[in-house]
Amino acid sequence: MNISFDKLDKAFENRVRLQIMSVLAANERYDFNSLKDLLSITDGNLASHLKALEKEEYITVHKSFLGRKPNTNYEATGKGKIAFKNHLDTLEQLIKQQKLA
Amino acid sequence: MEETELQNELASIRSIMERSSKFISLSGLSGILAGVYALIGAGAAYKIIGDYWGNAYLYLNGAKTYVTSFPSFNRYMIGDSLVWKLFAIAVVVLFASVTTALILSNRQAKKKNQPMWGSVSRLLMFHMAVPLLAGGALIIILVFFKIGNIPHTYYGLVAPISLIFYGISLVSASNFTFGEVKYLGICEIILGLIAACLPGHGLLFWALGFGVLHIVYGARIYLKYDR
Repeated sequence: MNISFDKLDKAFENRVRLQIMSVLAANERYDFNSLKDLLSITDGNLASHLKALEKEEYITVHKSFLGRKPNTNYEATGKGKIAFKNHLDTLEQLIKQQKLA
Repeated sequence: MEETELQNELASIRSIMERSSKFISLSGLSGILAGVYALIGAGAAYKIIGDYWGNAYLYLNGAKTYVTSFPSFNRYMIGDSLVWKLFAIAVVVLFASVTTALILSNRQAKKKNQPMWGSVSRLLMFHMAVPLLAGGALIIILVFFKIGNIPHTYYGLVAPISLIFYGISLVSASNFTFGEVKYLGICEIILGLIAACLPGHGLLFWALGFGVLHIVYGARIYLKYDR
């Protein structure tokens, strides 16, 4: 049994992307502003990481209006959830492996 | 990556999952204080009712006696002024408890870096409000409304109904905060059902449910999460 760091998902190399995925794994949907408050990062920063995850087809976007305010919600796709789970499993195995060594 | 770095990564994922889906900034101290307010309120209510019945007995027997259990009330036996006084006590206790909870939770939220008014706390409020408003409306209908000429005279049901609906609201909200809230809710429901079997002891069950149980729960949350 030898698991290398290559097995870790490249899309989650960035801390913020991994955090976004964690939130969407624990919640059915999450809106942009709540996500921004929770992670305490800027609009532009969050938007660019969301775009990247969207490109990977790990998340989907739902746009709607609350009154006149636009309300954007994000949801993890099946593919995204599997990728997140695999990433966590790999992390866990890496830790086990290092403990044995 | 080093082992500790990997473990930090996992810990941060766990923390963000919890913070995003559960409101972990409920303050234990505010639970304890809410219990203390409720006990003070129950004491004041006991005094007022005692005085009221004491006067009634004074008139009947020529001696002032305090009673520990009260005959089931109805609109003919009980003065409306008494109902309003008790209602006022309940409102003051509720207001003080909610204000304390908001202030102390806000402080906790800052400490735990969790937004006070985010999507989780909104979900928590919503799931708590639905059973609470339903129960509150039912109590108001039972106590204050008249249907045709027949007044509703179900004062004895106020304590069990308020405890049961409060318990249901806690269980329903517990998915969005500490697991302990669920057990507090179940205890309130059981207490409400017992109160329904023992009419005339509503005040005692109120003091137990809103006073003692809150203090026990608050102390547990305080010791486990506040510090």
